[in-house]
Amino acid sequence: MQIRPVLSALRKHRVATLLIAMEIALACAVLCNACFLIANRVQQIQIHSGVDERALAAIKLTGFDEKDGVDLNARVLSGLATIPGMRSVSVINAVPFGGSPNNAGITTDAAGKQFAGVVNFYTGGPGSFKALGLRLIAGRAPHDGDYQPVVHFVPDDALVWVSQSLAEHAWPGVDPIGKEFWVGRPHFRVAGVVANLARPSPGEGGPSTIEWSVFVPSLPGAHFAGTYLLRASSEELPRALRDARVAIAKIAPDAVLDTTASQSVASLRETFFQQDRAMAGILLGVIAAMLLVTALGIVGLASFWVQQRRRQIGIRRALGASRGDILSYFQTENFLIVTFGIVLGMLLAYALNLVLMQHYELPRLPLYYLPIGGLVLWGLGQLAVLGPALRAAAVPPVVATRSV
Amino acid sequence: MFTYYLELAMRSLKRSPGLTVLMMLAIGFGVAASMTTWSVFRGVSGDPIPWKSSKLFVPQIDMWGPQQISGPGAHSGGHEPPDALDYTDAMALMHDHRATLQSAIYAVAPTVLPAGAGRSPIPVFGFGVYGEFFPMLDVPFEYGSGWQTSDDSDGAPVIVISDALNRQVFGGDNSIGRNIDLDGNDYRVIGVMKPWNPQPMFFDVVDTGGFGGEGPQVFVPLQRAIASGMANAGAINCPKGVQPSAGYAGLQQSNCVWLAYMIELGDAPAVQNYRQYLDNYARAQQNIGRFDWSPNNRLRDMRAFLDYEHVVPDDTHVSLLVALGLLLVCLVNTVGLMLAKFLRRSGEIGVRRALGASRRAIHAQFLTEAAVIGVGGGVLGLLLTAGGVLVVHRVLPPRLADLARIDPALLLLTVAVAIAASVLAGAYPTFRAARVQPAWQLKTN
Repeated sequence: MQIRPVLSALRKHRVATLLIAMEIALACAVLCNACFLIANRVQQIQIHSGVDERALAAIKLTGFDEKDGVDLNARVLSGLATIPGMRSVSVINAVPFGGSPNNAGITTDAAGKQFAGVVNFYTGGPGSFKALGLRLIAGRAPHDGDYQPVVHFVPDDALVWVSQSLAEHAWPGVDPIGKEFWVGRPHFRVAGVVANLARPSPGEGGPSTIEWSVFVPSLPGAHFAGTYLLRASSEELPRALRDARVAIAKIAPDAVLDTTASQSVASLRETFFQQDRAMAGILLGVIAAMLLVTALGIVGLASFWVQQRRRQIGIRRALGASRGDILSYFQTENFLIVTFGIVLGMLLAYALNLVLMQHYELPRLPLYYLPIGGLVLWGLGQLAVLGPALRAAAVPPVVATRSV
Repeated sequence: MFTYYLELAMRSLKRSPGLTVLMMLAIGFGVAASMTTWSVFRGVSGDPIPWKSSKLFVPQIDMWGPQQISGPGAHSGGHEPPDALDYTDAMALMHDHRATLQSAIYAVAPTVLPAGAGRSPIPVFGFGVYGEFFPMLDVPFEYGSGWQTSDDSDGAPVIVISDALNRQVFGGDNSIGRNIDLDGNDYRVIGVMKPWNPQPMFFDVVDTGGFGGEGPQVFVPLQRAIASGMANAGAINCPKGVQPSAGYAGLQQSNCVWLAYMIELGDAPAVQNYRQYLDNYARAQQNIGRFDWSPNNRLRDMRAFLDYEHVVPDDTHVSLLVALGLLLVCLVNTVGLMLAKFLRRSGEIGVRRALGASRRAIHAQFLTEAAVIGVGGGVLGLLLTAGGVLVVHRVLPPRLADLARIDPALLLLTVAVAIAASVLAGAYPTFRAARVQPAWQLKTN
């Protein structure tokens, strides 16, 4: 490849070369970081909640008197269970993506010194553990005797099931079964570990805490009423939920149906991540616009250079250079400039990420983004220069014989 | 001379329409993308009460001590007091009444039972506040007004309702003096607000996260709401190891924080005095043994508090940076294209210089051309921004999208940025173009 003549020609156009290289560098920096942001967002959107989202729905009632809680639970449980296709109805305090978390800071000692983070407590009535479809990876499933009345917001002394992520955080490297933790006075003992269990509002305490959840088997009662977990097969769920929402008006005329919270878990998830998806969309749009502008810039400048060098191209052709030689000349030129830009751009991308990390809660840019960004820009450069280069290759040798 | 340069510019632009369109597209794209993102950013970080935000302050008192970490400051390592107040301190501050206007605030979600058979209960969202809340935040009223200080102390059953609720329950009539059933208790309507839904909901971001849906529908006297057991619908944060016993009594006695607090202070000395007052208060608490640590208070103005609470999502900031990056790419692009275009005209410049044109004249000519490109790019940018905002409305959740709208200031800024960007982009090529040696240029041709 004829790199040396290309370089010496570029030396004549230092400023223009530098400008394209800078444009590529900036594009590279923005591309890598924006893609990284999108990837983070997509990763968040795709978190594993650990429950059978397609088969579950929630019904949330408000506005009833606390003293009517027991009666309400009984009416709703028996009323909704008769709906055709309904596999199970149970009392729960919240569902993943449904909001209204029940957060509390836990300590792994009774004295309250060893702080182990703020975790979410799911209180679930009989049947809810099985209905959620949690995958048990250690310990046993809850028995009937494990369900205890709720005292404050959870039972005071209870066996609990924790997510694997929480177990690894609170008791790294040891078997979590039988381990204890406290929320002030209330005391809990781990009886089982489930593979995944996302918080009702995953992401609120940072990406590492998404699955810091505890399942506490609890008996429905006055303090634990109003939110219900419905399970049906995924095909029948939309109809069963519709029927349930209609039936509630008859079953519980004294309560108000919270329509935004009474949805299938799948649609709660959809709503929960709406903003993340929108932001990812905007970023994608920005990236597309930027790549387009960069390509247009390369086309513009390359076209200008081709026009400026028509005579030289003609002379080279007259002296025996083939069309392919001319084509590859312009491609090599573009390749060199873009390479220079990419090297600069990788440094810039890294620096930009460092700045972002300092000001926002962003993780470090994985290094493999840099070569991928580079490849994309190389491809873009070659694609953009192809048109002007083909036009250059089409310059007939006879141009050399014309003056001016 | 300017019109002549304008004519020259148009002629030169017409000579190479492809390049011209490219330059305008580049500017237009850059401007549109950065402006669209900026409009979203501005929407969500906008000041909901710009005429007054510098006078509104949020006091924070450290009633938990240095062992506890809390609030958004917990990550930064600095020891920040909780971002809300417990009942004891909020009431002490209300009682001392040292600011011009002040109010403790807590979120409620009662149910309204409209009169008449067969009407279903309406769950509503609102706040328990003090009477000074309304003049402090310039709450606009359709009918009536807020309540008096005496109503606060008497625990009068009065209520301020939103325009929407007034339409729902009273059909939009002047409902002052009529009764409304809230959780089974009668309240007398004393004021009907005009549509009022400040975003972010700056007076209680701890409970609302800053962005609520339809806006508050009811305001009731805080003491009355507590006395009637209207449940707190907002966040309750307790120090580690503390769990309040059930009901309001437990909450009132605990040092869990659940009350927002906002005050209005007139001028800088007043702010200084209030800071002093907070420190004296904390020191007094230290003396009576309630706190065994020295005063650790904050008095942030409203904007600083919103920043502290990270009310504006981080990703909006980051998107803005990305969009600015795009604007930069476009600028560099335009500089490159202009350089190419202007340098190609060395011959023309040589002739003009040889005929006696000064460098200044050359500068004027080419900057005019650059400005024409800028105006073209700006207009294109305007159209694309309009398109961008439309797209944003389609992809963003309505609660955020409603905030992002084109406004005249944004339009002006778009055009100004476009022209400034292109003149800036044209400056270097123009400088190069004007330095062309006339004799040398004439000779080579």
